Amino acid sequence: MQLAVNILVLASIYALIGCGYVLIYRTSRVLNLAHGELMMVAAYLLLTTASLFSGHPLTAFVASALLGLVVGVAVYVVLMRKMTGERVLAAVLATVALGILLRGIVVLIWSAQQQYPGQALGWPNPALELPGGGRISVAAATLVLTTAAVYASLFAFLRYTRWGIRMRAAGQNPLLAAQRGIRLHGVYALAWGLSTFTGGLAGRLIALDSGLEQTMVVIGLKALPAALVGGLDSLVGAIVGALIVAGAEVLLIHYVNPLLADVVPFLVLIAMLMVRPWGLFGTREELDRV
Amino acid sequence: MPFASGYFRTTYARDIRLVDTRTQVASLAVFVALLAAFPFFASAFLLDLANQFFLASIGAVALMLLTGYAGQVSLGHAGLLAAGAFTVGILVKEVNAPFWVTVPAAAAVGALLGVVFGLPSLRLRGLYLAVSTLALYFVVAYVGSEYETQRGFSTGIVVDPPAIGTFPVDDPRVWYFVLFAAAAATVVLCLNLLRARSGRAWRAIRDHETVAEALGINVPAYKLAAFVISSALTAVAGALFADYRGFVSVEAFSLFLSIQYVAMVIIGGMGSILGAVLGAAFVTLFPYAIEALIASLPTPERYANLVFAVNYAAFGLVMVLFLLFEPEGLVGIWRRVRDWFLLWPFRRRPLSGTK
Repeated sequence: MQLAVNILVLASIYALIGCGYVLIYRTSRVLNLAHGELMMVAAYLLLTTASLFSGHPLTAFVASALLGLVVGVAVYVVLMRKMTGERVLAAVLATVALGILLRGIVVLIWSAQQQYPGQALGWPNPALELPGGGRISVAAATLVLTTAAVYASLFAFLRYTRWGIRMRAAGQNPLLAAQRGIRLHGVYALAWGLSTFTGGLAGRLIALDSGLEQTMVVIGLKALPAALVGGLDSLVGAIVGALIVAGAEVLLIHYVNPLLADVVPFLVLIAMLMVRPWGLFGTREELDRV
Repeated sequence: MPFASGYFRTTYARDIRLVDTRTQVASLAVFVALLAAFPFFASAFLLDLANQFFLASIGAVALMLLTGYAGQVSLGHAGLLAAGAFTVGILVKEVNAPFWVTVPAAAAVGALLGVVFGLPSLRLRGLYLAVSTLALYFVVAYVGSEYETQRGFSTGIVVDPPAIGTFPVDDPRVWYFVLFAAAAATVVLCLNLLRARSGRAWRAIRDHETVAEALGINVPAYKLAAFVISSALTAVAGALFADYRGFVSVEAFSLFLSIQYVAMVIIGGMGSILGAVLGAAFVTLFPYAIEALIASLPTPERYANLVFAVNYAAFGLVMVLFLLFEPEGLVGIWRRVRDWFLLWPFRRRPLSGTK
């Protein structure tokens, strides 16, 4: 039972982070390798808002979530906007450079020590007993529910709203979309904002559960296989991929060797790239476009 | 564009010669002589810096061959460096192998890993290839750390300085010449590969894979060859690193190292061996420049614990700036300066004629 709970929690972490990769890739064909760092920045912002609005944990949380959205849009406007039209690889390398830059900035502003935003917010994190013998912390339970809510609203957003449809159109054929009057820069900026917003939610909830430090970047990077296994341009794929990767990771850690934790997602990824590079639910012609 | 007036290339052999005119021969000789004289005047710190630069330039030239010429991206070169270093560490610890066994063994391991890293490139392109090399890096790093913990070297493996005969190579000055020779050999080897059939094949694959195939180039074979050569050279750089430092540990081969090598290629300028060497110099000297800059501030003690973070941030910023404003890298700047002097008093190249 505990194993199943662990898999569920880890899968929701990966899924919540992974949808950021999918959103950006699907709209602008850029793989954002700075996603882990952006998520970390968003989580650290919670520390700042926690000290600003001390005593109002919910206000602080919402404020930092909005700040995360702003950071994502800002990254697009300042940096990635200039990379549109460049070769895809140059854009990816720009995100790598951005990641390094953000890591430095985070240490400069918030120091490299491990921090606990949960304490700063005054938010207790008791473990809940589940029927059937498993235990889950409140933060982890919130994370699972958040993931479900985020995915439900993303599906609805992409399916029914005007901006969602624009986003899909820009992803399918940017030239045609632009000719039909869709402002590509606006759509791309929105994708970056949403991606940082969802990634930031994951980052903050992980930080509330187990503290906040630089290693959070690794979690962000481990979610990349989850997105790739499912197919980089499919949200359903991200969920399935997250379940597969999380399942493999938790089971192998439990039954084989705990040291494997950092490498399992990448082993799954290599296996997938050998068999079906475009992922379980991805579109096949993606490969030739890159 | 000719560098000397009244000078014409009349045969194909002259057209692809590495050192073209007498002036170039002379300036190259002076350059080599200066480099050879350097260790007799330099301080220990400068000597170590030069050695680091030679090590970095081997890896950078190897990566340039793969990324800048063959057009195959690799984000996993730190894994190959680690593989070379660990081969040396393991061979020295387990069977006490000498220098002339460990370095070729590292090259062999590198070549083998090159096949493994290269196999995905036969199916994947661009982005997906970058991700698969990234994944392989994590696997190599895991194997290294697993060896460390299993054998009880949890803090790292100490490698005794290698010996040629009974003469131990532990003086940084001797190392300077060893590494200088290795770097020079790498550069010459790569230049030769690039002006031969292989180089033309790689450039064709980089520019358009389908066309290259239609021209009768064996695309999979040349792609794999690029990976194998690049990985073997990188692994040798890793092996020399292990011998030079006398210490091997997974922590030394973080993902950041991979990114640093990619940065050398970008900052130096894609598609130029000179660019790789310039990029290696830039990236090697960069942290020391930042440190010196901070030390020159009025109260350096206050910022001492920030050096690391400032380094990271500044490095990322420089990479971003190069990508945005100087995609041709240092070599692009160098070419512009050179052309300015060559063309003076004119401002730009003639529109027609040879490039």
